[in-house]
Amino acid sequence: MSASADKPELTAKDFRSDQQVKWCPGCGDHSVLVQVQKVLAALGARREQTVFVSGIGCSSRFPYYMATYGFHSIHGRAPAIATGVKCANPDLDVWVVTGDGDALSIGGNHILHTIRRNIGLKIILLNNRIYGLTKGQYSPTSEFGTRTKSSPMGSIDHPIHPVSIAIGSEITFVARTVDVDVQHVQYVLRRAAAHKGTAFVEIYQNCQVYNANAYGWATDRETKGDNVVYLEHGKPLIFGKDRDKGIRLNGDVPEIVNLNQVSPDDLIIHDEKAADPSMAFRLARMLHPEYPEPLGVFRAVEKPTYEELLMGQIEAERAKRGPGRLEKLFRSGDIWEVAETGAA
Amino acid sequence: MGTATTNKHQAGQKPAKHIEERLQAAVRFAGDSGDGMQLVGGQFTATSAVFGNDVATFPDYPAEIRAPIGTLAGVSGFQINFASRHIYTPGDRVDVLVAMNPAALKANIRDVVEGGIVIVNSDEFDAGNLQRAQYSTNPLETDELSRYQVYKVPITQQTLAAVKETGLGPRDAGRCKNFYALGLLYWLFDRPLDPTLSWVNGKFARVPAVANANKLALEAGYAFGETAEMFAVRYQIRPAELQPGTYRNLTGNQATAIGLVTAAQLAGKPLFYGSYPITPASEILHDLSSYKNFDVRVFQAEDEIAAMAAVVGAAYAGAIATTGTSGPGMALKQEALGLGVMTELPMVIVNVQRGGPSTGLPTKTEQADLWQAVLGRNGECPVPVLAAQSPADCFWSAIEAVRVAVKYMTPVILLSDGYLANGSEPWRVPDPDRLPKIEVRHPTDPATFQPYARDEHGARPWALPGTPGLEHRVGGLEKADITGDVCYVPENHHRMTELRAQKVANVLRDIPDQEVYGDPSGELLVVSWGGTFGAVRTAIEQAREAGRSVAHVHMRWLNPMPRNLGEILSRFRRVLVCELNMGQLQLLLRGRYLVDALGLHKVQGRPFMVSDILSRIDELMGGRAS
Ligand SMILES: Cc1ncc(C[n+]2csc(CCOP(=O)(O)OP(=O)(O)O)c2C)c(N)n1
Ligand code: SF4
Ligand SMILES: [Mg+2]
Repeated sequence: MSASADKPELTAKDFRSDQQVKWCPGCGDHSVLVQVQKVLAALGARREQTVFVSGIGCSSRFPYYMATYGFHSIHGRAPAIATGVKCANPDLDVWVVTGDGDALSIGGNHILHTIRRNIGLKIILLNNRIYGLTKGQYSPTSEFGTRTKSSPMGSIDHPIHPVSIAIGSEITFVARTVDVDVQHVQYVLRRAAAHKGTAFVEIYQNCQVYNANAYGWATDRETKGDNVVYLEHGKPLIFGKDRDKGIRLNGDVPEIVNLNQVSPDDLIIHDEKAADPSMAFRLARMLHPEYPEPLGVFRAVEKPTYEELLMGQIEAERAKRGPGRLEKLFRSGDIWEVAETGAA
Repeated sequence: MGTATTNKHQAGQKPAKHIEERLQAAVRFAGDSGDGMQLVGGQFTATSAVFGNDVATFPDYPAEIRAPIGTLAGVSGFQINFASRHIYTPGDRVDVLVAMNPAALKANIRDVVEGGIVIVNSDEFDAGNLQRAQYSTNPLETDELSRYQVYKVPITQQTLAAVKETGLGPRDAGRCKNFYALGLLYWLFDRPLDPTLSWVNGKFARVPAVANANKLALEAGYAFGETAEMFAVRYQIRPAELQPGTYRNLTGNQATAIGLVTAAQLAGKPLFYGSYPITPASEILHDLSSYKNFDVRVFQAEDEIAAMAAVVGAAYAGAIATTGTSGPGMALKQEALGLGVMTELPMVIVNVQRGGPSTGLPTKTEQADLWQAVLGRNGECPVPVLAAQSPADCFWSAIEAVRVAVKYMTPVILLSDGYLANGSEPWRVPDPDRLPKIEVRHPTDPATFQPYARDEHGARPWALPGTPGLEHRVGGLEKADITGDVCYVPENHHRMTELRAQKVANVLRDIPDQEVYGDPSGELLVVSWGGTFGAVRTAIEQAREAGRSVAHVHMRWLNPMPRNLGEILSRFRRVLVCELNMGQLQLLLRGRYLVDALGLHKVQGRPFMVSDILSRIDELMGGRAS
C-alpha cells in the first residue's frame, strides 16, 4: 500500500466514484464493493496509486464504481492486462476483479500463469457459480447437474474449485470468504492487501437473479455454523454452531469428529505458512455438504515477486554494463567503415 | 554473375588460374540442417561486408529442428548476394552452389544458373544418402549435371585429414567440414580469412582444440583451391560505392529489436515487449531480452492473447508498449488489439508474416496478413499499418511506428515478413544524437483533464495511473465523447466511430507523399509493398534499362494510404500490383480508388524472383525485355 503521511486521510466514501451502481438489488457484489472501499480507506490507500482492472461480467463492472484508476477490459484477460500495468509501473497497487466465468473459463490460462509468476496483483474472484451478465448459463464452478437455460436437463460439466486451482498453480496467498460476512470479507481483504506477490481471494457471491441462494448453507444463521469452518493460523479446525466439532486427519483424509470424544490437540492445526501446500490443498477439497467448507486464509507464504525479479535483472544489467547507450548498441557486432572515396 | 560470360570448365584441359572481375555474384551454401550452413553463410556475409561489398542474404531453413539426416526435408540453405554496386535482393539464381550432400544438391540445383559452379562433397554421395535424397542414380555419374561446372571435392576426407593433428574424435572433426567449404569459397572469391579466423578464436576461446580445428579446416579449404588442379578461374568482386559511414550487417529481426529500443530511448521511457515465441518472430524476443540495461521489460506471456493484453496494460501505465508475433499469433491478438483501439492507447504490434493459413509454412515468407492487419478485428476498428521494405529498414519502420502510435494515441501495426526477418543487409549506423526525439505528453492538471478530449491530432490525453486527481476509468465499452464515461447513446457511437477513423486518417499528416520511381505517367505502373521492394525495384530498373516505360510505386503506409496515391494510379494506363498473396493490396486499391488493378501473385513460401516480375511485365507489354 502506498500510504502517504502528508496527504489527507480518505474515508470509504472517497473511494466511491460518481457512477450509479447498477447491480441488481440483492446482488452480493454490492457488499463486496462497500467492504473494498472501507478496507482501502482503513489501510490509507491513495486513489491515484490504486488501479482496478477487470474483465467482463456483472462482477467486472466493479472498477466503474471505484474512484481510483480503473480498467474494464475484455473477457478473461484482466490478469494479463494487470500484469502489463504492474510491469510498466511496479509502484502501483493493482487489483483484479473477476468472475467465475471470466477467471476460470475464458481466462483460465491467464489465471494459472499469473499466479505461478507471483506478480503483485490482488485478485478478487466473485464466484456466483453462474454466468450473470449473459443471463444465467452454467459456469465452470456450477455444480454438476445445474439446470440453466443452456443446461435444461442439468449440466454435464464437472465443476472446478478456485482455491484448488490457485494452490495447484503455486499461489503464495489464497483465501476464501462469503459476501455477506462483512467483517470476514474485510479481514481477508486486509490480509490480501498486505501480501507481497499474487493474492487470490475467492468470494462466494450471491447472484440474486440467476442462482439465488446458492450459498444459503454458508450464510443462513441457522445452518452456517455447521457448514463452514474458519481457518486461523496456529489454531485447530473447530466448527459447529456450538463449536463442538472439529476436523482431524484420519490417515490422509480429513474427518469430522465430535469434541466430546476427541481432544482439540488431535485436530488439524492450521498452518497457513506451511512450505508444502498439500494440507492447504486437502482443506480446499473439503466441500459442502460432506464437510464444512473452510473460510479464511488457506495459504500465505513468501516468495520473490515477478516485478522484483524483473526490475532486479534490469538493475543488475545496468550495474554490470552501465545504463544502455544507443551509440554502443548500434556499434556492437561486426561493423566496418566506408570512407569518403567509397573504398573500404 | 553480373556479366554475360559464363565459363565452362573444359575437362581434360589443364586449367590456368586467372582472376576474373565480376560486378556481382550469388552463392548458396546448402547442407543438412546439422551441417552448419547458416553459420558459414553468416561468416561469408560478414567477410564480404567488411571487405566492402554490398550484400543481401537469404537463409532458408526447414521447420523441423532436426529432420532425419540426409533427407530433403532436412536441407538448410544460406544464400548471399554480394556486389560492387548497389543491390536490393539476395539474387534470383545462384552462381555458385555448395552442396554438402545429395539432398542439398537435389533441393537446390534448379536455382543454379546455367553454366554455374556446383561444388559437391563427393564423400557424401553414397548409396544411403542417394536413397534418402530420392536419387535412383548417382547424379555425379550421369549427365544430369552437364549444364553446370561440377567440382567433386572429398570435403569430409580432406577435413578429417586437415584437423587430424588436433586429436579431435571423428565426430567433432567431421563437424569442421563447413569451414573447409567456406575456405574453398573464400579462395574462389579472393576473400580474406582474417575476419573468420578472429571470429573462430573468439567463439571457441574456451575450447582451443575446436578453434584450432576450424581454423585448420578453413585454411585447408582455401589451400585446396589454390593447389588442386581443378579450378581454372577465381573471381574478384570489388568493394561497392556505398554511402560513407559506419556499417553493420543486420537481419530484419535484429533491426526491429534495435529500432524498438531506440524508439523507447527517444521517448525517454521504458520499453515493454510482451510476446509468445513464434517463428519467424522469436529473435526479436531474444534480442530484446538481452537489452535489459536499456530498461527493456520483456514479458514472455503464456500466449499471444496475454501478450497483447499485457501490452494494453503496459501502455495504460505509461511504457512504450510493443509486441511481436507471426500470423497465427496475430489472429489471437485481434480482440485485445480492438481494446487498444477503443481505449486509444499507444502500442506497436509487429507481425513477421509467414505462410498461412493456420500453421502453414512456419519458416517461409508470405505477405498474406495484409487484410488481417487492415481489416481485422470486430467492429469498425481502424489501425495505422506500415510495412518495412528491407531488413535494415525494419529499424526505421519500428521507430516510425512508435512515433505515430504515441502522437495519435493508437495501436500501430508494423508488417515484416520471414524474408526480411532472416535476410540481412548492411545498415548504415545512424548518429543517435541526430535522431529526432519522440515527444510524449502526460496531463497532470485535474482542472482541465477530460479522458476523451482531443488534441490537434485527434488524440486523447495519455493520463497515467499514479497522477493525483486524474483518476478515471477506461475500458472496452463505448465511451462518451470528451468525458469517456460509458455511453450507449446511438449518435454518440456514430460520432466516436468517426472520431477514431478521423484520427487514423490524420496520420496522413506524418506520411510523405508517395514517390514514383520512373516515369510520372505512362503505360504501366507496378505497385508493391513490404519485403518485395528489392525484387520489384530491381526488375523495374532492368525493364527501364531495356527501354520499357514502366514506373514503380512502393508503398510504406498501407493504412492510411498516401494522399496522392489515387492521383498517381490514375496517370497510368495499367496498374500491376505485385504481392506474395492472392491479391490483398490489389483488392484494397480497387476498392478505394476504383482502379482496374491487375495482380501478380505468388504464394510459394519464397520471395519474388526478379524474373517473375519481368516476365509478367513482358506478358502485359508484349515482347521481351527480360
Ligand atoms: C470474448 C467474449 N465472449 C463472450 C462474452 C460474453 N460474456 C460476457 S460476461 C460472460 C460470462 C460472465 O460470467 P462471470 O465471469 O461468472 O461473471 P458474472 O456476470 O457472473 O459476474 C460472457 C460469457 C464476451 N463478452 N466476450
Ligand atoms: S445478474 Fe446476478 S450477478 Fe449480475 S448483477 Fe444481477 S444479481 Fe448480480
Ligand atoms: Mg459468475
